[in-house]
This record gives sequence, C-alpha cells and structure tokens, in this order.
Amino acid sequence: MLSQYAFILILSTLALIVPIAAITIGHFLGPRRPDPVKNAVYESGVETIGDTWVQFRAQYYLIGLVFVVFDVEAIFLFPIAVAYKSPEFGLFQVIATLFFILLLVVGLLYDWRKGALEWQ
Amino acid sequence: MREHWSEAFIGLLISFGLPELLATILAYAIGGFLLVFIALNSALILIWITRKVISRMQDRIGPNRVGPFGLLQTGADAAKLMSKEDITPTEADKIAYNLSPILAVFGMVMLWAVIPFAPGIIGADLNVGVIYLVALGSIAVMSALMAGWGSNNKYALLAGFRVVAQLLSYEIPMVLAILTVVLLTGTMSMASIVGFQSLTIAGFNLGFGWLGFLMPGALLVFFISTLAESELTPFDLLEAESELIAGFHIEYSGMKFAMFFLAQFVISWVWAAVVATLFLGGWQGPFVDQLPILGLVYFFIKAYAIYVLQQWIRGTFPRIRIDQMMYFAWKVLVPLMVGLIVIQAIVQKLPVPVVIQYALIFISNIGVVGIVINVLTGYFRNETIRTKRSFQPRSLIGTMQPAE
Repeated sequence: MLSQYAFILILSTLALIVPIAAITIGHFLGPRRPDPVKNAVYESGVETIGDTWVQFRAQYYLIGLVFVVFDVEAIFLFPIAVAYKSPEFGLFQVIATLFFILLLVVGLLYDWRKGALEWQ
Repeated sequence: MREHWSEAFIGLLISFGLPELLATILAYAIGGFLLVFIALNSALILIWITRKVISRMQDRIGPNRVGPFGLLQTGADAAKLMSKEDITPTEADKIAYNLSPILAVFGMVMLWAVIPFAPGIIGADLNVGVIYLVALGSIAVMSALMAGWGSNNKYALLAGFRVVAQLLSYEIPMVLAILTVVLLTGTMSMASIVGFQSLTIAGFNLGFGWLGFLMPGALLVFFISTLAESELTPFDLLEAESELIAGFHIEYSGMKFAMFFLAQFVISWVWAAVVATLFLGGWQGPFVDQLPILGLVYFFIKAYAIYVLQQWIRGTFPRIRIDQMMYFAWKVLVPLMVGLIVIQAIVQKLPVPVVIQYALIFISNIGVVGIVINVLTGYFRNETIRTKRSFQPRSLIGTMQPAE
C-alpha cells in the first residue's frame, strides 16, 4: 500500500513540472513589449480608485468558520462509516454516532438561528 | 479484484534485468507521465464537446473549420495562446499571481490518480481514496483565491471571494453524499466502491448494482455539488461575465490563462467521472469480468455522458444569485443529507433482512429527491415568470401593433 503513495509523489512532481514548463515556454515564445497602459489593472477602461486590498465582508469569514466546523466533523465521520458494517459495531457505538451527528445538527441550528447562513 | 497495473509492469521491467527499485520508479514515472498526458490532452476534446453542445443549443453550428468537424479548433487556440504576450500587472503580488495557474493544473491532475478507469487500471488504489479526492479538490479554492488576491484587481478579488464561499459551501453536501456511499459499502477505496457495485446473478456479473439506483437522493445532491464545484451554470456567479468581466482570471493572459481554462474544463470532467464511479458503477457493466477492456469503454461512456449532461444544464439554466446559492447549500442540501445519513445509520443496524433495509434507504432517498426538485422548480419558475415579464411591452406606445 505504501508504494501507492510513491506513485502519488511521482505524479505530484510531474503535475508541477508540466504547467511550469508550459508557462515558461509560452513566456519565451510570446512577444515582450510592456508599456504602462498595458500593465495597468484592467477595470473596464476606468482608472482604479483606491486600494484593492481592503477589508472584506465579515460574511465570508463566517462561512469559513462554519465550513471548518462541518469539515472536521465530516472527517471524523468517515472512519465511523468504514467501521459501521462490522458486527462489533453494537448498540452503544450506534448511539454514540447518532449523538455525534446530533452535535453537528445543534451547531447547524445555532448558526441558522444566529443568522450566519443568511446573506445580508 | 484484478491485480494493479503496476505489478505486471514492474514484473516486465525486472525481466529486462533492471533492479527492483529502479523498475518500480521507472514504472511509476511512465504511468504518471501517461496519466498527466491524458489529463492535459483530454481538454482538447472536452472543450470541443462543450462548444459543440452549447452551439447546438443556441442554434449555431460551432467550430467546424479547423480539421474534421472542427476537432482541431482547441489545438489551434492553444497554439495561439502560446504565442501571446505574457503580461504581469505592475501592482500584482508576484508570488501569488504566478503560482496560482500552476496550482490550478496541479490540483486537477492530482485528482486523476484515484479514478478507476478499468479493473486494475487506477493510478493509485489508495485506501483513503475518497478523502484524497475531497482534499485535493480543495486546491482549486486556494488557486482561485490566490489569483483573485494576487491580481490586485477589484473584480478579480470579488470573484475570488465568491469562489471561496461557493466551493466551501458545496463541499459539505458533497462530503456528506460521499459519506452515505462509504456507510453502505464500508470502504473508502475507489476501486473497492466500484467492485461493490457488481450484481452477480447465477455466477454471471451483470454489473448493474449501481448505487445510483439505490440512492438517487445522494446521487442528485452529489451531482448538484459537482456542478457547483466545477463552477458551471447555474452556479457560475463567480465568473458572471456581465458583472465580474471574467472572474478571478481577468488579469491573466497567454499560457497562464490557458492553464486556468484547461483546469476548469478538465475538472468538470473529473467530477463527472467521480459521479460515474461512485453512483453509476464506474467500469461495471455486462461481460466486464470476461473482457476487462470493456470496462474502459463503459467508464468513458458514462463519464462523457455525465459531462454532456453538465454542459446541457450549462446551456439551459439561468444563473442563481449569491444569497440563493448560500440558501440552497446550507438550508436545503446540508440538512437533507444529515437527515439521510441519520436514517441510513439507523436502518443499516435494524435487525431486518438486507432487502428491507435497502427498500427503506431507497424510500428516504426518494424523499430527498422530491424536496430538492420541489425547491429547484419553485426557484426556476419564479425566474421564468420574471424573464417573460421583462420582455413584455410596458405600454402600447411604440409597440407598433397593427390595428385589428
């Protein structure tokens, strides 16, 4: 099984080299005539006003937080799902699993009630 | 389960007199190179299919000049993009700006490693295949945010934020839909999930034990999530041409733009292939045990059929707003999938025959399908009424109606 990860390692090297090579070839094949107007920010021909890197909406931050909670819980659910069919997975374990999912639901309801899922 | 392709290949190389370590590395390198080659070149046919399908829907012919049926059009486009100037905006964040297209292709190619094409032909049969798929699929989020942030362009930044919000939101229903499959099959390996979907009657493998028949609800939710993950209509508000120019890759030109373009098309095919693998039996089909090469044919037919379905939806559906997108993910799909998982967890431990368990799972899935379709039709009906109203004349002045 470990040799399978060797394949992933080799593939990841190739997957990095190929786009780098393509972009480098394109860089040298194309012309290079930079001028200030061409290199300016493209905003439909209008001069840019102010800084781009400003504060962003708190909504995106909330979505990120809700996502992290859900994703971590989902990752914990996967090992449970794999072991679920074995006969040793008895009533106690099933109740524990359901309780775990209940915590997830309570979190979702809390977010819902607090308005974290609304887009204002 | 048939042996993995690498075993036969390494054995062949050792018989040429190579030491085992060198033979393993060489076999993996050749296999990996083949996979990368196919992954990148499939973009040529995928873009052609997309353009043809959408052209036909819009009553156009589509590309038909370069090569037979315009098949070489994408190659010509690639050659043109390669000869274009590579522009970097003066105020861009150089590292994020240049790394982003590389990461986009990287994340897309890495997903190909766990797709089972035929019995024994799978890049790497990882025992955590589906988690690998979700984890590497998230690189697209990083890439889009880096492109949006690095370009120092307000539209690009806005699109980058939208990508993050959408891809994160739809990853949850997607993961939960995969969880229902893992709960039923008891394995996370993609090859084993396909192996589970055989249907053997009297010693003959019909290959029609597809999970999609048993779990249409999970299939529908997963398919909608893949549409959102591959940024297709109705979820293409992150590159809405009329609002954001082109999305997070406005500032890119030449090969860097080509990399984003390629990654976007191939990643939607990859998700189509994952739908085919998890829910439509992958390479399963009649006579696949006797003739393994048929598996390759079945797999590609299924994957390309779902890809065409995606493009069909792309050509017909209106775009949704960001608040509708959030509402649909968090308040419709996620609660439904959590409910489905709870029901399935209880049903699978009930002391009844397997047939009754499957029947109960099927009934609950039908409920999910009903609710999702109900919500979607409600939304699209409103959209149709709105569109029709906007085309109706507001007053009689200037409408040039002939007198009757």
